[in-house]
Amino acid sequence: MLDRTTSITLVLVLGIAMVLAALNQMAPVGSPFHVPTYVIALAGKYLSFAMLALAVDLVWGFAGILSLGHAAFFALGGYAMGMYLMRQIGTRGVYGNPELPDFMVFLGWKELPWFWHGFEWFGFAMLMVVLVPGMLALVFGWLAFRSRVTGVYLSIITQALTYALLLAFFRNDMGFGGNNGLTDFKDILGFSVQADSTRSALMVISALLLAAQLLLARFVVTSRFGKVLIAVRDTEARTRFLGYRPESYKLVVWVLSAVMAGIGGALYVPQVGIINPSEFSPANSIEAVIWVAVGGRGTLSGAIIGAVLVNFGKTWFTGALPELWLYALGAMFILVTLFLPKGVMGLFSALKRKPKRESAEAKEALP
Amino acid sequence: MSRFRIVLFLILTLLAAPTRAQPANEALASLATTNFNALRQGIETLALSGHPRAMEIIVALQSGKLYFRADKTLFIKGDGDALTEAATGAPAPDVPASAVRQVRLNNAVRGAIDAALGSLRLFSANPSERLTAAEAVFRSRDPAALPALDRALAKEADSTVKTRMEQARAAALLFAPDTSEADRLEAVSVLRLRGDIEARSTLAALSGQPPAVAEAAAVTITAIDRVLQMWSILQSVYYGLSLGSVLLLAAAGLAITFGVMGVINMAHGEMVMIGAYTTFCVQGAIKAWIPGFYWANLLVAIPMAFLVAGMIGIAIERSLIRWLYGRPLETLLATWGLSLMIQQAVRSIFGANNRDVDTPGWMSGATQLGGITLTWNRMYIILFAIIVLAGLMAALRYTSLGLRMRAVTQNRRMAAAMGIRTPWIDALTFGLGSGVAGMAGVALSQIDNVSPNLGQGYIIDSFMVVVFGGVGNLWGTVVGALTLGIFNKFLEPVAGAVLGKIVVLVLLILFIQRRPRGMFPLKGRAVEA
Repeated sequence: MLDRTTSITLVLVLGIAMVLAALNQMAPVGSPFHVPTYVIALAGKYLSFAMLALAVDLVWGFAGILSLGHAAFFALGGYAMGMYLMRQIGTRGVYGNPELPDFMVFLGWKELPWFWHGFEWFGFAMLMVVLVPGMLALVFGWLAFRSRVTGVYLSIITQALTYALLLAFFRNDMGFGGNNGLTDFKDILGFSVQADSTRSALMVISALLLAAQLLLARFVVTSRFGKVLIAVRDTEARTRFLGYRPESYKLVVWVLSAVMAGIGGALYVPQVGIINPSEFSPANSIEAVIWVAVGGRGTLSGAIIGAVLVNFGKTWFTGALPELWLYALGAMFILVTLFLPKGVMGLFSALKRKPKRESAEAKEALP
Repeated sequence: MSRFRIVLFLILTLLAAPTRAQPANEALASLATTNFNALRQGIETLALSGHPRAMEIIVALQSGKLYFRADKTLFIKGDGDALTEAATGAPAPDVPASAVRQVRLNNAVRGAIDAALGSLRLFSANPSERLTAAEAVFRSRDPAALPALDRALAKEADSTVKTRMEQARAAALLFAPDTSEADRLEAVSVLRLRGDIEARSTLAALSGQPPAVAEAAAVTITAIDRVLQMWSILQSVYYGLSLGSVLLLAAAGLAITFGVMGVINMAHGEMVMIGAYTTFCVQGAIKAWIPGFYWANLLVAIPMAFLVAGMIGIAIERSLIRWLYGRPLETLLATWGLSLMIQQAVRSIFGANNRDVDTPGWMSGATQLGGITLTWNRMYIILFAIIVLAGLMAALRYTSLGLRMRAVTQNRRMAAAMGIRTPWIDALTFGLGSGVAGMAGVALSQIDNVSPNLGQGYIIDSFMVVVFGGVGNLWGTVVGALTLGIFNKFLEPVAGAVLGKIVVLVLLILFIQRRPRGMFPLKGRAVEA
């Protein structure tokens, strides 16, 4: 089940994460081997994005569902984590209210809204990280797949979904901090989120969870279930005539993918330190799709590589040549779709295959 | 109000004593004083005197331009300190400035001036001023104004002003203590005829009325409420139509590229934005070179926007989209990338801030139709949407290009076999759709901020319209746009603007479950392709 690409990706993800964390913790500040904490935070952010990319690749690469709203699940997971972190602030907020987060005191609210109860417990919050995106995906997917909404129509309504959530979370009345979102976190499970050790630990945990997600996704797509899924992607009608129920297969993988994205969001929030409604913006979801396209659609490992590559490029560009970043991103969309339909992974395998084919031809020519 | 009463009382005494001679000149003389009490009385007398220049003199007094000489002759100081005789308006060049003193005011005098002007305006020569004065009395509901109103009514020739005065009289009568019940009922029915929010609040403020009058007032309030509600529904329909026509303009081009060609052009919003910036450039160019024709700038901008956006559209089709036919999801991604680049390019050229696009004079302002306000710019946009749509339909239906376009849409290979150069038609169709988007940009520049993000705000809504209406059918787009527009505006007062939009989006998502291919789906073999 473990092919070479997946193994290499696993080793790379875990290895780099461990080395970075170790160098940050062990090497003294000032030594040439010391990794500064902002690098750790960046790596943690890339790993969270990689989970989102993996989730998009699972539905787009293997079920043919181009979701333009996957960042919504990511953000919902993030908000669930953010709510836990807000409740941990306690009396250390600006207003010192033990029960209410600052923004509620600011809005003059007297008591906690019902949906905030329970988030003081880590276990409950983690359950919500899985359940909220999962349930939304279940309801949305059930409605959409059952009535055979496919192709661009599905893409457009996923975009409408995240757009509606964007507008909703911008409202102060929703009780999620409105425009400013949730921020100013202090502790996670009793450890300060600002501390180097916590950041390193969070980054390593992200790497471990990403590895686990990659294994799970690999398992799903190589199983019998995965074969049917690919059949659905390639010719949905024929699969249906063979006696399968494409909508059930799509629904399962859709919900799984939403949960994976939600977990990514939950890890993103403590490492970045803020979650606000702009995470729901349709542009974010489309950007996640381009990570997958750059890495290589339908390759899983490629999604991770694409997410890290594009985000690294974004970090570099917005620092060095900020006005050129959008040109670069736009050009990436165009060039990848026109010239690299299989992304970076396709490039690798093309390079690898070429000498092999030549040698095979040479062998055939010999006798 | 008490000063107003005094004025009216004086009007009454004046009416009762017609024999009194030359009160006007006496009143004029009494203004030449430094005693504030005497001045107040003088103003009141002058207001009642019917002196032809009373209005002018009191206005001059109000603005501190009234002067007097020791012999109690009054002068008005005009522009450049030239004095004119107040009583006659004749210039008085020989009077030295040192010989005159200003008439000073205090707050009590200013109050008397206001009251005097109020009653004077009921008799003003200008009908619109009389109308304003009558409306002021209507709002004050002051019974003391009744005698003046009666006198003004007897003289009034203008029917609009007369109605307004009668309404003011009715309001005053209802609030007078000694009106008979029959008169009160009569007054209620006058207010019922007026039937607006002011009439309603006058009736609602009534108290201590005889039971029959109170009942009539209550019935009238309910009736007025019903009428007002109807007007507010009509106003919502108008707002909805105007939003719908904006959506229609933005979506009409998309209905061609997406609906007819099946190309998901995420850069469609940027074509709209380019149209808006073309308007900005055209205005700048006309202002610089032929300012005499500035009033016509939009008429020039419309074809320019069509050409510029259409050319860019053809370039996009030839360089990018033609490689991606049959791969709609890839087209979506590539055009999204393109939209990012266009936005950034516009931001680099024009800056990230909003650009000011002027609205021509003939497009600003509003008109009142019954109980609804129609703003001209929205009216013109509705009209423009109708013209663009009619033009588009005619082009598809009656021109040779339209015929070829439809042929290629229905059966590309057969059309090619018949000798139609399908790649050329694809490029022109895409150019047409983009050009229409550019024209939409001209309209949007009049009601929205012209910034590099202009298109982003409309792209999702436009896709919703096309998906809701059904692909490949311009009528579906029309119905989709108007339905969404009106629905949005009806939800807004109930749910608020943002929540209303969310509700619309959720309902749309649910609607697509029921009708996955919109309200007017394409039928036949082409659908599955």
